[in-house]
Amino acid sequence: MFTQKCRGISRKNLTKLQEDSPETLALITMVQAVNAALRQEMRGNENVVAIGEDIGREGGVFRATAGLQNEFGPQRVIDSPLGEDAIIGTAIGMSLYGLIPVVEIQFMDFVYPGFSQIINELAKFRYRSGGQYAPRVVVRMPYGGGIKGGLYHSQSTEAFFTHTPGLVVVSPSRPYDTKGLLLSAMRSSDPVIFLEPKRIYRTVKEEVPEHDYTIPIGKADTLLQGDDVTLLSWGAMVQTCKETVSLASKEGISVELVDLRSLLPFDIETILSSVRKTGRLVIAHEAPKIGGFGGEIAAQVSERAIDSLKAPIVRVGGYDTPFPYSLENSYLPSPQRVLDSVRKLASY
Amino acid sequence: MKSDGEYDPKLEPSLSHDDLLKLYRFMVLVRRLNERLLSLQRQGRIGFCVDSSGHEACQIGSTFALTQEDWLFPYYRDAAMCLVKGLPLKSLMDHIYSNAEDSSSVGRQLNVHWSSRENNIVSSSSCVAGHLAHAVGAAYAMKYKNEKLVCLTSFGDGSTSQGEFHEAMNFAGVWKAPVIFLCENNQYAISLPERYQTASKNIAIKAEAYGFDGVQVEGNDILAVYKATKTAVDKARAGGGPTLIEAVTYRHGGHSSSDDPTRYRSKEELDYWKNRDPIRLFKKYLTKKGLISEQEDLKIAESVDNELMSAIRASEKTPKPALKTLFTDVYSEMPWHIKEELDEATRG
Repeated sequence: MFTQKCRGISRKNLTKLQEDSPETLALITMVQAVNAALRQEMRGNENVVAIGEDIGREGGVFRATAGLQNEFGPQRVIDSPLGEDAIIGTAIGMSLYGLIPVVEIQFMDFVYPGFSQIINELAKFRYRSGGQYAPRVVVRMPYGGGIKGGLYHSQSTEAFFTHTPGLVVVSPSRPYDTKGLLLSAMRSSDPVIFLEPKRIYRTVKEEVPEHDYTIPIGKADTLLQGDDVTLLSWGAMVQTCKETVSLASKEGISVELVDLRSLLPFDIETILSSVRKTGRLVIAHEAPKIGGFGGEIAAQVSERAIDSLKAPIVRVGGYDTPFPYSLENSYLPSPQRVLDSVRKLASY
Repeated sequence: MKSDGEYDPKLEPSLSHDDLLKLYRFMVLVRRLNERLLSLQRQGRIGFCVDSSGHEACQIGSTFALTQEDWLFPYYRDAAMCLVKGLPLKSLMDHIYSNAEDSSSVGRQLNVHWSSRENNIVSSSSCVAGHLAHAVGAAYAMKYKNEKLVCLTSFGDGSTSQGEFHEAMNFAGVWKAPVIFLCENNQYAISLPERYQTASKNIAIKAEAYGFDGVQVEGNDILAVYKATKTAVDKARAGGGPTLIEAVTYRHGGHSSSDDPTRYRSKEELDYWKNRDPIRLFKKYLTKKGLISEQEDLKIAESVDNELMSAIRASEKTPKPALKTLFTDVYSEMPWHIKEELDEATRG
């Protein structure tokens, strides 16, 4: 659970909001925050439609769209035939004609039949048509491990998308940001890959305003201030890293925790200012290390702030293997594994 | 239409004499355009071209059945469709020259991907069949907004082997989307003859599996193509859902300026199809009707040649796009990391 030090909306501000209008806050999970953002935007903008497998009658396999078809009807909350390519492809077409489709890909692992639609079509439409056609599509994808899902319900392949100019890639780590970022995504003029860390869909609860607010895309969030080591992460790993920070503080290591939130474009300023303060950087993500997005951050920091570094940049990632089923807890970076790297850097 | 231009009056569509002559002029224009482009390419004056000689009837006849407000999702062999839909010849040529005035793509795409927001001609990629789902999605949006418009999308016989063809057809059938799928079956996917592409007895029959009509039409008979498309358009507009039209034709030239068709097909075969040339056939019809004389035909040729020459001259002297355009239109607003690259590329 998040502590009072959480930024974005501080405990003090929450209290103030509660005093102003006590009914405007709800204690909700991430998956409920997804639902709240969709409902809010669909109420306010009739061009917003949702499309995906089992999202209507069933409300999605994770219930992220629960109740939406009842409220908005089957034409707006579309139970699509099974086919990721056409789900994304038709969403692009809908958007060209003025709708704002929010796609649900049931699991990130299933997106590849629609990969060409994202990489070759969605990401390049604006560029290749000289700005004449610019689809606004949000592609929501539950991602990451820790749900006993095996190889094909667990992967974190965000780097495929961050490697594609034209896409915006975001991944929240808490309910407050989930709602604010999803509202931003649906209002963005660019296509957004919205990665939802399903492991923490229901494990983190937070008081979230019921009113309309947005979290700007492209801004990281320094969740915890610290002096010795910067720990950068996104998605579910932010939760893991919070535990690492507590463990480290018991050993007298002060860690600054930065939640990247937006992977593309990413907030280089926040990263650099933290690294310039601490001189040490650990990047933690679930994805395999080789070719992972952590490598890009490491390279950017090296190019821009090598003089500030007191130690090599270290990445902690999933192993460079496919994602396992029975040994998933050994695969996923644990608070202890992240701590090992933090400790190593602190004493470098 | 019989080979002497005789037409069964029961099958003849009702088109005015002006329209018939308009169709003929488009056919001549596109044939001369193809001849001219290949020659420009061989002289090194343009980089690439795709020959559509032989396809005139199926491209021009089909598009003529659309209104200005309907949408067109063409593929790379469809210059003729773009012209009929309203793309000015100068714009077509600017794209072929990939110059600074190329409104289709600002010189970014390979030069056979025309698009025009003004004329509802949607940009396509070079990955065949990827655009079919876009047409289905846009058609869904038209229906959703209660607008009586239709989408026409075209593709070659090779595209029907792609999974994307299946998914788009399937979604269109389920949604009863107002979309017309036009397969320009020229019997070769680059080098591969149709019999290696599908074991189906024809392509039109595939529609049956998706729950809508498929019709096979003589693709070198412009009136037959027009009529089949008009019927499909009227049906779609009235809420009757999609149609697959297979227009059987033949490409006289190679797949593109990089192809040598003598490697995979015989002279006898080519001669057979050249005898069924769609322009010659339509000219016989017009002559029989007393709508055109040899002298008038020469006049048409002369006028399209002049039109082509002035477009070529204007496009050829237009400079390449500015360096800055390499970096724009990736996103709605340029993010910091692209801004840095732009500054670096344009510095001093």
